[in-house]
Amino acid sequence: MSRNANAAAGDASADEILRFTNVSMRYGRGPDVLSDVSLSLPRGSFHFITGVSGAGKSSLLKLIYLAARPSTGAFRLFGEDVTRMSARDLPMARRKIGVVSQDLLLLDHLSAFDNTALPLRIAGHKPAEYRNDVAELLTWVGLGARMQALPPTLAGGEKQRLAIARAVVGRPEILLADEPTGNVDHEIALRIYRLFVELNRLGTTVIIATHDQDLVARSGRPVLHLDKGRLTPLASQGPVA
Amino acid sequence: MSDVFDITRWRPAPYLPQAEARDPALIFVIAVLCFLACLTALGALAGDRGARGWTGQLVGEATVIVRARGGETPDAAAARAAEALAGLPGVTEVRALEREKAYELIRPWLGDIADLDDLPVPRLVAVTLDRKQPATATALDKALKAQGLDAVVDDHSMWIKDIRRAAGVVRGTAIAIFVLIAGAAGAVVAFATRAGLAARRDVVEVMHLIGAEDSQISSLFELRFARIAALSGAIGAASAGLLGAVLRMIGGGAGITPALPIAWIDLLAVLPCPVLAALVAALAARVTARRLIKGL
Repeated sequence: MSRNANAAAGDASADEILRFTNVSMRYGRGPDVLSDVSLSLPRGSFHFITGVSGAGKSSLLKLIYLAARPSTGAFRLFGEDVTRMSARDLPMARRKIGVVSQDLLLLDHLSAFDNTALPLRIAGHKPAEYRNDVAELLTWVGLGARMQALPPTLAGGEKQRLAIARAVVGRPEILLADEPTGNVDHEIALRIYRLFVELNRLGTTVIIATHDQDLVARSGRPVLHLDKGRLTPLASQGPVA
Repeated sequence: MSDVFDITRWRPAPYLPQAEARDPALIFVIAVLCFLACLTALGALAGDRGARGWTGQLVGEATVIVRARGGETPDAAAARAAEALAGLPGVTEVRALEREKAYELIRPWLGDIADLDDLPVPRLVAVTLDRKQPATATALDKALKAQGLDAVVDDHSMWIKDIRRAAGVVRGTAIAIFVLIAGAAGAVVAFATRAGLAARRDVVEVMHLIGAEDSQISSLFELRFARIAALSGAIGAASAGLLGAVLRMIGGGAGITPALPIAWIDLLAVLPCPVLAALVAALAARVTARRLIKGL
């Protein structure tokens, strides 16, 4: 198993970005959607989360981007105990996380440029400080000529790249993507994947939930496989050439 | 869409769309309710002024009925009563009414009798009292008794009690209607704010996701709905103020009816309406946004 592969909780490391210890999660009074999950991820790692629909992939991402809290167990993120984090501290922690959600969550009334600049505005930066960075980033994701376009006028792949640009513009420590290649053709999927690889090369920890087994296999990246809410080892897990 | 984009001229767009399709309907509904609330407030003020006027007139006057005794003529008894009351503390003017006035009062019961002088018709003395410190009926009665006069003092207290009660009912009813309409306006503003905010759940979700603080998110909606409600409140208040001014001009000082005399100063009562509407909307937006954020 590579250095980046999922490791059982217990080996506390100053270099780890997150750690789950026996975490379970449920919605309301429903059954557990995640059961007894323990894992630790190092900074700068790149992981895929796989599993069939309903296996708990999105729920695991939700926990990581602080949209939900564990029902039981311990969860440390950026070295802090999330279960003890106050509601007031959550927004600051969220600013260190970039999210590309399944439904992209772009604001249709804002241009591609304004959508991308949102996290920086929210963080209180002045337009003069970031407008060049935003333009550069949009060019980097291939939307340099579509900066003024509104999301409804963009193609599926362009929307995906716009969502990615917004997720990374604040230079997050973790980038989470939920089925980022779900609605695009193979060529666009590969292009998006290369973007993630490039971001990871620049130091961002990347976690991608996907059904795309072909992409997972080609990437050779470590896999966190979920089955009925439990983290299970894959027979085929490990770097694939 | 043009792809020519000058980055140096870029300015951040508002987080929320400038205008929504439902805005005109919302503005209309809130404006109508604000108009009704302002109109009721004007009605309450006019009713209160009318009631004060009626009681004020009655409180400032008393009537003395004087009956002649012995060989004294009724006119002489009335003159003596007027003299006894003039100069008393709390009395500003005393006037013995002519016998024709007394005859006029009893004519409806007795009809046109040729020679009323044969009847012992009592005389009336009208007393104007100091409005600030009016003389009491007891003080007037004491002064008359001291002069040996057979007189009854009517300080209109029976009427004043009834009129005060009627004025209280008018005032209370007007205030209750005002509170009801103002409450309905507030509820509509709150309801519309909630509906509008639910429709912009996408903005709440995105901002929440990218690390906006709860106060940053709710303040967006507070501002937006406060602005809409202030505009609606201004339209409603201006319309009610205009109608009040027309009624004042048509009816003069007595307003459209003497029962509801509108004064120019009453029109100032509509001024707080836009501010109050904005406050209610902002509060409703804050509560709804916070609840929505909690549910994410």
